[in-house]
Amino acid sequence: MIIHPRHTQIIAISMLVILTVFTLAILVFIILFVFSKGLPYISFDFLFSNPEDMGKAGGIFPTLIGTIVLPLLAIIIATPLGVGTAVYLTEYTRENRITRIIRFGADCLAGIPSIIFGLFGFIFFVTTLEMGWSIISGSLTLAFMILPTIIRTSEEAIKAVPYSYREVGFSLGATLWQTVRKIVLPNALPGIVTGIMLSIGRSIGETAAVIFTAGSSLRIPNSVFDSIRTMSVHFYILAREGISSKNAYATAAVLIISILLINLVTYWIMNRFIAKKTK
Amino acid sequence: MKVLTEKGIYRLLMIIALSAIAMLLLIVLFILKEGLPFIFITGIRDFLLSSEWKPAAGKFGIFPMLVGSLWVTLGAMIVGVPLGLAGAVFISEFIPRWAMKIIKPTIELLAGIPSVVYGFIGVMVLAPLIRDYFGGPGLSIAAGAIILGIMILPTILSISIDSIKAVPNSYREGAFALGATHWQTIHMVVIPAARSGIVAGIILGLGRAIGETMAVIMVVGNAVKLPGSAFDSVRTLTANIALEMGYATGKHREALFATGVVLLVIIMVLNYFAASAIKRGVKK
Repeated sequence: MIIHPRHTQIIAISMLVILTVFTLAILVFIILFVFSKGLPYISFDFLFSNPEDMGKAGGIFPTLIGTIVLPLLAIIIATPLGVGTAVYLTEYTRENRITRIIRFGADCLAGIPSIIFGLFGFIFFVTTLEMGWSIISGSLTLAFMILPTIIRTSEEAIKAVPYSYREVGFSLGATLWQTVRKIVLPNALPGIVTGIMLSIGRSIGETAAVIFTAGSSLRIPNSVFDSIRTMSVHFYILAREGISSKNAYATAAVLIISILLINLVTYWIMNRFIAKKTK
Repeated sequence: MKVLTEKGIYRLLMIIALSAIAMLLLIVLFILKEGLPFIFITGIRDFLLSSEWKPAAGKFGIFPMLVGSLWVTLGAMIVGVPLGLAGAVFISEFIPRWAMKIIKPTIELLAGIPSVVYGFIGVMVLAPLIRDYFGGPGLSIAAGAIILGIMILPTILSISIDSIKAVPNSYREGAFALGATHWQTIHMVVIPAARSGIVAGIILGLGRAIGETMAVIMVVGNAVKLPGSAFDSVRTLTANIALEMGYATGKHREALFATGVVLLVIIMVLNYFAASAIKRGVKK
């Protein structure tokens, strides 16, 4: 039996509609579910007071610090390395064996599960280098984790700067570094920043790599050698050990709001970039 | 004042690039160094195919975890791929531009939600449903597969949408001119043309599913045994590492690193396929 193409079209497209609506419904449900359970508990007190009784009561202030400090340090460590590598790869060498090896390495590591980074950080930073469970071990591990992303996004952003821009620099007698610093990097900046924002988002949501390297202390740290707990780790512990589902939902809602804010900022940067380009 | 000469900057950047790559190599070497000797001493066959994981008795066989990872990941694909693909085709071919502006950021937001949040929803919503309707402990392969399938949806969706959008409009016009319906155009022209990108998206999603740790720990129950059905509890390779890392010492710790080596090899193979799929797409 041959079904008329017009009928297969109707069947196929209604299937697509059903599946798409189902998909979007699941995804929207997740956000709404967390918000409906968590938002009512979020208050100034919840954000800025210390947890009591292992997180059963009280707020999340120390984990808020952890969530800001850890990704920030990781970015400070990884950005110069990543952007420097990208500049070297795109502006200072031709395609050769070294660039291929560097790219291959970055690609390989981009897909490695975070638990492997956690394992590495635990043995290398925490145990071998005797840094213990600390902010510094955690942020170094995160820096390793986000380095491939930063290299790749910066490379793409630098490559997207038209070659004619560089020619203008050279024709004015600028050296290669002057051209890179004053023309290429400023024009590639929005793309680089987007990569950094993506990495911050990934660091905030990371649990496996952080729990084994930064530990899970609920005290407010005095130095980078103190252990700290991020919001994701806090949420994991609250949820897994069944300490308080009320506080777990509230923490999850705060996490999603932070990711939302980061995405919004990234969008804003991207749009400004596109607007400038088309002007 | 010029502190750095051109030559100096060239050297500095080269050192930065090489040290970045050295850092990354360090990870792989370290994991291999800690894990490989253990695998060779135990024997690859014994380590991979023995079903006994009893760290206290010195028995380290990861077969149940391999099977666990395999089933959970396969299940995630069965859930995630059809939904992701159908969603991507519909969103990129039928949705007007203004609606895309809402849908794309939503998908990206979902990609950014910490995996533990997905895991928690699995525990609170999904596991009780499975327990009530299908029996078993609830925390099971099925729960893990559904949660991971949903988790990888944003990855599959956004990469597939990008590659379908990248198919030139002239292809579609050519098919329409031959009298093809919209659906015929989609499944005979657009999807084949976007295939490599879609495959890359699926493989990346697969990698994410295999590598996911904390969300999986929360929903699969973590029992070390060969599962009898989709509603049995299992433990995955990643969960095995994360659950026991905190207190493992000596041989036990080496065995966990060896588990990491196995995971690393699986991911490397997957990445290789993803990269060659993308390359094939570029060549065309």
